[in-house]
Amino acid sequence: MSILGTRVVRTEDPRLLTVGGTYVDDVRVPELQTAARVTFVRSPIAHALITGIDVAQARQAPGVVAVLTVADIDDLAPPPPPGEGPPADGGGEAAPLPLGGPWSEPLLAVDRVRYVGEPVAIVISEDSYSGADAAELVSVDYEPLPAVVTIEDALANETRLFPDATSNVAVESGAPAQAGAFADCEVVVERTIMNQRLAPMPMEGRAVAARWADEKLTVWVSTQNAQISRFILAGVFGLDPASIRVVAPDVGGGFGAKIGIDRDGLIVAWAAKHTGRALRWAETRSENLVGMTHGRDQRHVIKIGGSRDGRIQAYRLDVVQNAGAFPRMGGFLPFLTKLMAAGPYDIKHVEAASREVVTNTTPINAYRGAGRPEATAAIERAVDLFAAAIGLDPAEVRRINLLTSDQFPYQSPSGPVYDSGDYVSALDKVLAAAGYQELRAEQARRREREDAVQLGLGLSSYVEITAADADAGETGRLDVHGDGTATVYTGSSAHGQGHHTTWAMLVESELGIPMADVTVVHGDTDLIPLGVGTHASRSLQLGGVAVQRAAWEVKDQARLVAAEMLEASESDLELDTGRGLWQVRGDPGAAKSWAEVATHAGPDGLTASVNHTEGQPTFPFGSHLAVVEVDTDTGKARLIRHVTVDDAGTIVSPAQAEGQRHGGIAQGVAQALLEEMVYDRQGNPQTATLADYAAISAAELPSFELLASETPTTINPLGAKGIGEAGTIGATPAVQNAVVDAVSHLGVRHIDMPATPSRVWAAINGAREGR
Amino acid sequence: MNITVTVNGNQVAAEVADRTLLAHFLRERLNLTATKIGCDTSSCGACTVLLDGQSVKSCTVLAAQADGREVTTIEGLASGPDELHPVQQAFRAEHGLQCGFCTPGMVMAAVSLLAENSAPTEDDVRSALEGNLCRCTGYHNIVRAVLAAAGDGVTQ
Repeated sequence: MSILGTRVVRTEDPRLLTVGGTYVDDVRVPELQTAARVTFVRSPIAHALITGIDVAQARQAPGVVAVLTVADIDDLAPPPPPGEGPPADGGGEAAPLPLGGPWSEPLLAVDRVRYVGEPVAIVISEDSYSGADAAELVSVDYEPLPAVVTIEDALANETRLFPDATSNVAVESGAPAQAGAFADCEVVVERTIMNQRLAPMPMEGRAVAARWADEKLTVWVSTQNAQISRFILAGVFGLDPASIRVVAPDVGGGFGAKIGIDRDGLIVAWAAKHTGRALRWAETRSENLVGMTHGRDQRHVIKIGGSRDGRIQAYRLDVVQNAGAFPRMGGFLPFLTKLMAAGPYDIKHVEAASREVVTNTTPINAYRGAGRPEATAAIERAVDLFAAAIGLDPAEVRRINLLTSDQFPYQSPSGPVYDSGDYVSALDKVLAAAGYQELRAEQARRREREDAVQLGLGLSSYVEITAADADAGETGRLDVHGDGTATVYTGSSAHGQGHHTTWAMLVESELGIPMADVTVVHGDTDLIPLGVGTHASRSLQLGGVAVQRAAWEVKDQARLVAAEMLEASESDLELDTGRGLWQVRGDPGAAKSWAEVATHAGPDGLTASVNHTEGQPTFPFGSHLAVVEVDTDTGKARLIRHVTVDDAGTIVSPAQAEGQRHGGIAQGVAQALLEEMVYDRQGNPQTATLADYAAISAAELPSFELLASETPTTINPLGAKGIGEAGTIGATPAVQNAVVDAVSHLGVRHIDMPATPSRVWAAINGAREGR
Repeated sequence: MNITVTVNGNQVAAEVADRTLLAHFLRERLNLTATKIGCDTSSCGACTVLLDGQSVKSCTVLAAQADGREVTTIEGLASGPDELHPVQQAFRAEHGLQCGFCTPGMVMAAVSLLAENSAPTEDDVRSALEGNLCRCTGYHNIVRAVLAAAGDGVTQ
């Protein structure tokens, strides 16, 4: 029996559990033995002109090696002057600043700052304590400008962030409203909703160590993609990629905010090259919450129409993305939102459009789901609003409108082709397992009794896109050595996803070499120059399949060698994957081990390299049911049950797939109930420490009820789709819908996330007072 | 100032600046890097260690306060290099870790909980771990791991 689909303990864990792994700030190598510390001086003000920077006092402080500002950046091509640089210049595709031109982002602030936390200067010191002291002595003169904080501020265009851009709208695209699209609808509901700003908050913040020696730059970085980081570094520094080594050691979570290497990391690498001193930087959490990119922050206008018997006929989504101070992701996040706008439903007419605006807030980037949770939140709220308007149960409206399994592959009106699915079964499984009818009966009893604590049931049915960049592919190399062990080199870069375990499972399954004898290497560009990395729920279906295909190639090579050794025809040979032995069919007595075959093959053993690409992404789907209790006196909502189907095709490592769902669900619940990055009217972050940012804890969550469902895809040989982001995509609107449902009998139709006690209380009282 | 601390059974004498935090002392002076620093407000628990057997957040304790006392980090938890403590074993068996960054602090907090309450309920575990954040697991398997360790009779 294959090891695939079985529960295994992870090979990563003993190291992480005993010595705590080796994250960037734990790296103790000779090259970094005398490394100095970097401390950032960041803007304390959201929008201002810089009229002077005085570093003289800081330079004299004890333990200080150097204090650097933009004036010291004389060894890089300067950022293109406003209005003159061509878009995305300064490194082509490698430029970290996708829009360039008038929207260019410098490394260190030049003459203005655009968000609290923007890097203005750095202090290099012998230790972090002296660095923190000296940073206080850097004197920056700011001349405040009016702060553009909200989407409304940005669209007003009274203050422009980029004087050489004509407005604060960086990107605008999509379908104009088609006249008459909703004309045939008996019921039309329209509403503006907010998908709030979140902090990705990986437990390990950003961390970089860098060294320039012998004309080679070595950068240790906490990243999801060592190879992309190298590509970016090469572009910024104008260096041959071969003269750069990037190492991603253990990485303490990323969630999309560690794709590549960002501005702050580039500054550290530049400073190491500029000063010739090895440097270390590990940000504090207070830095992380303003300096690392944020996620979400979209305003949606949703419009949904259909017939009174529950058929949805038309849907329109208008997105405004608050991109923060620099449009780093270009139009990309709203693009994904629009792509998945139609959700899992059979809707004849779907329109979506988006604008992306800049504001004096931390730049926005990917965060678990990256545009797709926003799409799902929009349509799932819309479906519930529609259901409430026609007086049907939300489960019934979903069942009426979900695509049926005979409709695949399905051309979505929003663009993509959904590969496979069984959406109605997913919904029905969740309803049955949860005891939906009994829960509704309990809800009715509480409503009848006018209990203070009301019950809410929230549904979400979703389809999402994984490995959206399937054509970028992933690399995998497999070596089988003369001692019978194997080494996998993967371009996919795990930061909690357990690739070491899963890739070893694939090798054991294909070759019969036990997992314990398989070493997996990732995240070192000297060993693996080419790769893409881990994001967009892509790893297994691209990086995993690359390893699988490399195993097939090794098997083909081994067959020739074994045939020679056994003096048999290749076609008579078979690999017994249970024992890891090559044998002549029907004669298991004379068999050759992998050690013997690899030794016979030559001093280098057997090896194969694969760059696996796919022509299409895959489309996981599922349904979530959240059960919440809402205390109508205090407004406090508490999740008491969460039941889900998350169908990601064939499951290779069930324990880890469940782990991905657990973590994803928790982040969805956190967005629905607790978390928000809040700014005041002047653009000051109000949630810039973990004492203020409401990261969710164990005490605020129940155990989750996961149901199994596997509908394989035919896109790749594993039959696997991505599972990294599905939990978040499904859970967020389910919980939000549940909170609204708990108080819907009081007349509440919508509560924006996070559904905090004050918001829920205000909604209840607003409805009671007829507001 | 001069301090003498017993760390994982080994007595260490060192001169430290008064303001040195225990977390930095462990990581930078002793190179015991398993203890992580995840915040600057005593909120996340990644730096949890045992001080005379009680769990503390080592980012909120001065190295000076550990003078003359015993510190246990996760490096000192198992009885041998190839052994796992039952709580470590349970985290592995229940897939109670993903990226691993919160894990040392989480394990030490769990060890401390089980020393105080050898038969916790799920609610007990959840509330005891409230000060230890994890961003990967949704806590589901962490809670299962602690309950499993308790079921195996772990009290130290």
